[in-house]
Amino acid sequence: MRDVAIVAFAQTRHTGTDTGLSEHELIHPVISEVKERTGLRRFGFTCSGSCDYLAGAPFSFVSALDALAAWPPISESHVEMDGAWALYEAWVRLQHGDLDSALVYGFGKSSLGDLRTIMTLQLDPYYLAPLGLDQLSYAALQAAAVGAERQELDEIVRRSRADGRGNPYAFDLPDPSDEEFAVQPLRRTDVPPITDGAAAIVLAAGDLAGRLHANPAWIRGIAHRTEPHYLGMRDLARSASAADAGRAAGVGKGPVEVAELHAQFPHEEIILRQALDLGGETVINPSGGPLAANPVMAAGLIRIGEAARRIHDGTAGRTVAHAASGPCLQQNLVTVLEA
Amino acid sequence: MPSDPLVAQHVLEFPGGYTRTTGPVIGRFLTELRARRIVGVRTVEGRVLVPPLEYDPATGEPVTGEYVEVGPAGTITTFAWVAEPLDAHPLDTPFAWALIRLDGADTDLLHAVAADNPKALAAGTRVWPVWRDRPTGHITDLSHFAPEVTKIVSSVRAEYRLQAGGALRVFLEGVERGVLLGSRCEQCEKVYVPLRLACPECGNTLPDTLELPDTGTITTFAINNLPDPRAPQVPFVSAYILLDGADIPMIALIGDVPAHEVRQGMRVKAVWVPESERTASMANIRWFAPTGEPDVELA
Repeated sequence: MRDVAIVAFAQTRHTGTDTGLSEHELIHPVISEVKERTGLRRFGFTCSGSCDYLAGAPFSFVSALDALAAWPPISESHVEMDGAWALYEAWVRLQHGDLDSALVYGFGKSSLGDLRTIMTLQLDPYYLAPLGLDQLSYAALQAAAVGAERQELDEIVRRSRADGRGNPYAFDLPDPSDEEFAVQPLRRTDVPPITDGAAAIVLAAGDLAGRLHANPAWIRGIAHRTEPHYLGMRDLARSASAADAGRAAGVGKGPVEVAELHAQFPHEEIILRQALDLGGETVINPSGGPLAANPVMAAGLIRIGEAARRIHDGTAGRTVAHAASGPCLQQNLVTVLEA
Repeated sequence: MPSDPLVAQHVLEFPGGYTRTTGPVIGRFLTELRARRIVGVRTVEGRVLVPPLEYDPATGEPVTGEYVEVGPAGTITTFAWVAEPLDAHPLDTPFAWALIRLDGADTDLLHAVAADNPKALAAGTRVWPVWRDRPTGHITDLSHFAPEVTKIVSSVRAEYRLQAGGALRVFLEGVERGVLLGSRCEQCEKVYVPLRLACPECGNTLPDTLELPDTGTITTFAINNLPDPRAPQVPFVSAYILLDGADIPMIALIGDVPAHEVRQGMRVKAVWVPESERTASMANIRWFAPTGEPDVELA
């Protein structure tokens, strides 16, 4: 394996409503920021993550390339998933050995339509999508399967939002007090905020990483696993795929100081802590996590960026980042970072 | 001048719908649905997948060609309650999404369950399918599921003609005159009201008829929260009233006092309807109302 590190991370100051910026206007500032931080103007490989259904337009990532400088031609790819999977593809590309740098970004504007029903379109078209099964409903089914105490769930929301208030990129959201159900047992305050935003990361291999950052965040393990799509074929109370990905990435090979989890609902944090075997010594989501800002298709990549930031600034020596995709944590990507 | 802000509506839609081929496995399931049967497919390892998939999600092996009819009933394993249905949902009144383990299946079907409220459902609740009128071979041929029949409401009504003879007739004739009649047992030395012909304690014939006053003391009472056609309002109080000079309390309504102020030992007096409206009926007494006298110490 080649040593590959995260050497730069930038994210937008996310918004809760559409500011009218087009996608390439949204990502241009974060691309410029990581270029400035690294001094790189060109990258060996570029990969992005986004979702056409958020914009309601096919191949919407193509026009977003206008933010990059795509002339002379660049080596580029795209995943119709969170930018975290774009980072995985870029990491694999750097393992080929012929390139030393990669630019990764993810972006999404979930304010343009009704995210709750747009996410229905990711379900299978035979058994689930025709029922109109929506995102909050399937998340609520998983919350019911977990059956956690309300007090524990409220504490996760309260802690996430308090941390979010300390994060200049996240929102200032009130503590849970709303007793209203979104879809029972999920309360309205358990639902992540609608968020528009983007994030970018630069990967560098070998010696280049040390030249671009004094404290590179080395990727010591990265793996992803998936489970059956159909919810009735899974044990919703547990995440076997997150546990497998965590083992394959080597989460348990050392102490975890900080874990950034792509938990959009509080019960997901409970499932993930158990799957990744995170104990009380691990600080969870000090950025506030998706409950404090949830730019869809960038939120997973931001977890990796936030976990790297703790190593860049010297406050942690070993961190874990998690990203999820699909209904009810169907797919899970786990990254282990070390100083 | 452009409007500010510049906003446009944008719709993503496939007019007329998107045509998809089903393949043999999902196609078989949907074809069986059209005939109002639910089938699963058997895996190489012998498990029954419902709804059927082409591959065993546990092993990746292709499934066998054996289809097994399951259900139609099943058991809820997990559910979530939707208080405000969306347009695309199968039901337009509050309902549950549930994972349902159909009888004979090894995996759970996800579908909607109709119920009056979330308390009517639990893990373990048995449910049965409700079919759409004209099945076409679509997952929505199953309109939804509904809880198994565990109770029914049957109406009971019979009419009777009652006649007051004997002691009751004498008592009610007294009530018509505005008098409460009781009887005294010489052997037991007890006064019973309403009037009766025999002593319930010793069985003696009761010859002594006496008029009792319409004042008394509450010995015990109940606050009723279910409406009753005879009661003035809800909640209302019914009480045992020991008429002065009687040994056995009589049951009656209490009125002209808030329910929470009624107490044991309270002195009360009958409130009679006006003389012109009186009949041989207990309706002559609207209720008993507090007299304002000091409470009586009950033994």
